[in-house]
Amino acid sequence: MNVDDLLQRASFIELDARSRARALLDAGSMRELIGPFDRVTSPWLAMQGIVTQSDDGVVVAKGTVDGHPTVVLSMVGEFQGGSLGEVGGAKIAGALELAAEDNRNGTPTRAAILFETGGVRLQEANLGLAAIAEIHAAIVDLRRYQPVVGISAGTVGCFGGMSIAAGLCSYLIVTREARLGLNGPAVIEQEAGVEEYESRDRPFIWSFTGGEQRYESGLVDACVEDDVAQIRQTLGGYFRQGVPPIHRSDRQEDFLACMAQIDTTRQATPEQIRQLYRKGLS
Amino acid sequence: MDDRTNDAASRGALWFAALTAGSTPQAGFPASVLVCDAVLGSAPARYIAVVPDSANLFPRARHGETGLIEGWQLARAVQQAIALDRDRAEKRPIVAVVDVTSQAYGRREEGFGIHQALAAAAGAYAEARLAGHPVIGLIVGKAMSGAFLAHGYQANRLIAVNDPEVMVHAMGKASAARITMRSVEALERLASTIAPMAYDIASYATLGLLWQSLTLSDPGHPSAGDVATVEACLQAALRDIESDPARNLAGRLGAANRSASKRVRDMLRAQWQA
Repeated sequence: MNVDDLLQRASFIELDARSRARALLDAGSMRELIGPFDRVTSPWLAMQGIVTQSDDGVVVAKGTVDGHPTVVLSMVGEFQGGSLGEVGGAKIAGALELAAEDNRNGTPTRAAILFETGGVRLQEANLGLAAIAEIHAAIVDLRRYQPVVGISAGTVGCFGGMSIAAGLCSYLIVTREARLGLNGPAVIEQEAGVEEYESRDRPFIWSFTGGEQRYESGLVDACVEDDVAQIRQTLGGYFRQGVPPIHRSDRQEDFLACMAQIDTTRQATPEQIRQLYRKGLS
Repeated sequence: MDDRTNDAASRGALWFAALTAGSTPQAGFPASVLVCDAVLGSAPARYIAVVPDSANLFPRARHGETGLIEGWQLARAVQQAIALDRDRAEKRPIVAVVDVTSQAYGRREEGFGIHQALAAAAGAYAEARLAGHPVIGLIVGKAMSGAFLAHGYQANRLIAVNDPEVMVHAMGKASAARITMRSVEALERLASTIAPMAYDIASYATLGLLWQSLTLSDPGHPSAGDVATVEACLQAALRDIESDPARNLAGRLGAANRSASKRVRDMLRAQWQA
């Protein structure tokens, strides 16, 4: 992006979760379900003396994209790290379940999920984990009918059980600011030691899990600029493309063939990972 | 490396052997993923377990962790069952024998995309369930975090053994304390009063996610009687699944300790149509 483009573009990352959903839906079509004024907050945070938020960190927005019924599920990265507790998790799972039900009843509702999350909210541990299992179930159900498109713009990125949810999506869109990985850097450092994973070394972390690396390795479908118009256009394109002939998560034979070529006696460089997957997944 | 691991003695391996009557696991899978079709009641079921392999090629997956290989191979084992029964009316049941300490934490794992491997496993179990395979998660040991999401949590019915060694959680205590900026002691204090934060199976049972929990005489050394009890429970779960027209996870929403999950769904449904 040159200076003129930078001045022209509308940043997506700088939008809050609600504005992101509105920006992706057709103008004037957005309707929020269980919005802040319904005041459904986390019962578990309150018990621990932690301030709740009236949307529990998840925005459920119904509307249309290019005139087609769409539900957008947008995580609030600023609230508790975008973590998923009982209420926020149920909002996402429940909305995806209803979208699948719509399809069985003849309404081709599609879904976009905006991932800004560290995964399970540890203050609600097992209920967060259970909700994430239900989100996985609902994505797999819905993607039989319509594409489920995941977007992680940053800057929180997508971790934990929700990175598995991202891996189940029909298509994934990221920016260079986003990271996508199962385990957060601090947890890996805690479990495996600083030599294995230096959580404070940001260039190192991004070189393995950053959006650009994931795109160059074929683990996501598009790496776009931080630009509302470009993200909208990319999302619309994937919706038009429809359900892919094979989902990435169903390519176990291709991935296992790649795994068999890894020299596990030494650490791989980001470039080696790109090369392996570029060849093995093409 | 510590000496916790004795490859032969993991609970997952013991129960897998007991339930498959010592049959040889299917060839073509790595030592860490056991797969076997064995009779359950009157028809074959596919049993699957993740077990420790101290010679695992991936150094961060040598103590029973679910890593890259395990995720993709679980997916393969389940997808194979779906393919074998594609044109049959009878879909073989799949029993995930769950004793998984955690997902694998390491640089290789993140770099090569362990999230995608676990997605493949979770997705395969979900696809099997939707295709009509009765899927049962039998928790005989630890059911931790991403590893449990990949192996067991997509089951139509979850059964757990009621025992101090059996636990379900999103993260080990040391890491959970670090991430929530608490001491391990403070975390344990909270866990004793906040049901979803607890690590023990009795607290977990109050969340309504289990179909049944079983008390056995010695879950670490399954006796013939204990094995018979578990098999009877698996068969009862099969009958319950077969009599249920739904193939989803809605049976998990009944508990008072999970009332918000139900309430949110009711409100979404009420507001769904403008």
